[in-house]
Amino acid sequence: MSLRTSALMGACAVMALATAASAETTITVATVNNGDMIRMQGLTSDFEAKHPDIKVEWVTLEENVLRQRVTTDVATKGGQYDVMTIGTYEVPIWGKQGWLVGLNDLPESYDVDDLLPAIRGGLTVDGTLYAAPFYGESSMVMYRKDLVEAAGLEMPEAPTWDQVREIAAATTDKANEVYGICLRGKAGWGENMAFLTAMSNSFGAKWFDMEWTPQFDSPEWKRTLTFYLDLMENYGPPGASSNGFNENLALFQTGKCAMWIDATVAASFVTNPDESEVADQVGFALAPDNGLGKRGNWLWAWNLGIPAGTEKEEAAKAFVEWATSKEYTELVAEKEGWANVPPGTRTSLYENPAYLEAAPFAQMTLESIEAADPQNPTVDEVPYVGVQFVAIPEFQGLGTAVGQQFSAALAGQVTAEQALANAQTLTEREMKRAGY
Amino acid sequence: MARAVTTNRKVVSTVFGWAIAILIFFPILWTILTSFKTEAEAIASPPSFLVFDWTLENYSTVQERSDYFLHFMNSVILSLGSTVLGLLIAIPAAWSMAFVPAKRTKDVLMWMLSTKMLPPVGVLVPIYLIFRDIGLLDTRLGLVIVLTLINLPIIIWMLFTYFREIPGDILEAARMDGASLRDEIIHVLTPMAVPGIASTLLLNVILAWNEAFWTLNLTAANAAPLTAFIASYSSPEGLFYAKLSAASTMAIAPILILGWFSQKQLVRGLTFGAVK
Repeated sequence: MSLRTSALMGACAVMALATAASAETTITVATVNNGDMIRMQGLTSDFEAKHPDIKVEWVTLEENVLRQRVTTDVATKGGQYDVMTIGTYEVPIWGKQGWLVGLNDLPESYDVDDLLPAIRGGLTVDGTLYAAPFYGESSMVMYRKDLVEAAGLEMPEAPTWDQVREIAAATTDKANEVYGICLRGKAGWGENMAFLTAMSNSFGAKWFDMEWTPQFDSPEWKRTLTFYLDLMENYGPPGASSNGFNENLALFQTGKCAMWIDATVAASFVTNPDESEVADQVGFALAPDNGLGKRGNWLWAWNLGIPAGTEKEEAAKAFVEWATSKEYTELVAEKEGWANVPPGTRTSLYENPAYLEAAPFAQMTLESIEAADPQNPTVDEVPYVGVQFVAIPEFQGLGTAVGQQFSAALAGQVTAEQALANAQTLTEREMKRAGY
Repeated sequence: MARAVTTNRKVVSTVFGWAIAILIFFPILWTILTSFKTEAEAIASPPSFLVFDWTLENYSTVQERSDYFLHFMNSVILSLGSTVLGLLIAIPAAWSMAFVPAKRTKDVLMWMLSTKMLPPVGVLVPIYLIFRDIGLLDTRLGLVIVLTLINLPIIIWMLFTYFREIPGDILEAARMDGASLRDEIIHVLTPMAVPGIASTLLLNVILAWNEAFWTLNLTAANAAPLTAFIASYSSPEGLFYAKLSAASTMAIAPILILGWFSQKQLVRGLTFGAVK
């Protein structure tokens, strides 16, 4: 064999190897840094074992960085990610824009009807499911059983706002740094405005009427904000205007709050004896209401979506199907115990006795999720979807700007009336500019 | 004659100097201490300062979860690459403006500085589209170019200030002796400007190392430097302060050590020409 022939054959062999290697598809998954997502990252080997031709690369980012990052990529069809972790706020907007791949063709074994209706509804636009929920959450009251009992009171399973105020007053002991209630105060559409928008629903308030006219000048919003400010000024911790989820979690876990109304996902943290000083004293109740038919709880889910234009749609779909399947739940249960499975997405999980036993907060989480209706979030009819947000692209900026006004009111820099008037003016201006 | 300084005054200014230094360094020290705590201790109130169960658990978790070495190498390549490329462009530019100023040189300098006043997010989408079309998204080359461009005004300004302090007569003498432009820059100007170039280099390495807008927005899995590594440990929903502190300590350690060893050069460079 001449040298040239051997060289040619060698080259062919190398090319054949290269082709074989390129048959492997690498998908890039962008996600947020939270316990459930990190756990999924750790279990990737199970997916890769089931799909030997697919390799998964992870990009984990802080929530706000991730939001900016994936929005840029999906809007420009940058193609950097094949699977994106997105919230219930983005899914309807992106779905409508045609930025996401529809998931109506998931196989029967996926059992799409098992998804909780409230969650599934928020991810569906015109009959097409645009993302698969990975975990879902609502908000509820977490309280210290020992402090409430010592005050001679009892927490009802479904309290009213007046009962919450009564308990907050009775449990506040500022001399010992125990505060009756801890609520979000940090400005941001996903921070204080998530709480306050959900709270306002239970007071009969709304962001917009059917003509998209802002409603901050309504008596309902005034009642919401003054009630919140009164509660926080008298029974809340100092410096509450800079408290978000994490700050309140730290306060609650170190025994400084008698009540905390926040995400249901917090339940697993505050009942974990490794992290929480009050783990064995925590009770749960539904978010408060005012007897108007709506509770002050929100609905959120982190979902996996596939950007339209990805070249690896099949592999990405296989991954989404794996990560949000019943089998994945069982895999987590087997490796890390039932208490650690991602909650709030499937009906079957809440019918599973093993889960109900391992997670004392399960029933309350389910009831909270079911009590929220993103399609009809308020007492009166509104033109928008979303419980603690308004699913329009302008809301991120608007929500944060209004949140700054309310945070300033909590810090005592402006009065409730001024904050509401400013919120009304800036919302009117922005909505006009946006062409509503 | 130097003014006599009383011992009292010396003590006061020393104490004052240390107080300021500790105040500035304290957040970094706190981050380092928190990285050795458990998550529960990290949020304890009142916080413990030195007396707690020191643990290396956070470091091993971080190591297990992320590829620190990949991010570290990306940071090194990006900061050194953009600095070297920046200097190659900035030295001739600063030379021409310092020694052969034209009528509009001052305006050009101001215009360069004005590019730093534009919020980067304003040009994110156009740059993202250009990078997408020429295939530079998530590549080290793309980021080296961007980092060079964003730091170039500062490099040119710094070098221009240093070069202006060098007497033009020396360069002229070299020219009279028959030195070419290339020789003049390489053999006469550069050796005299070494302290200035060194401090510009160091400052630029630090700026590029810490740059967290473009490095986060133009990268995904391959070219992400340590800024993305830190961002992967921050979370608005979940207390991971100890792990975040461990990741931050690992990310700032190299640049902290570099800064420590080169502080003399840095200070000398930054105050160069301040006192005549």
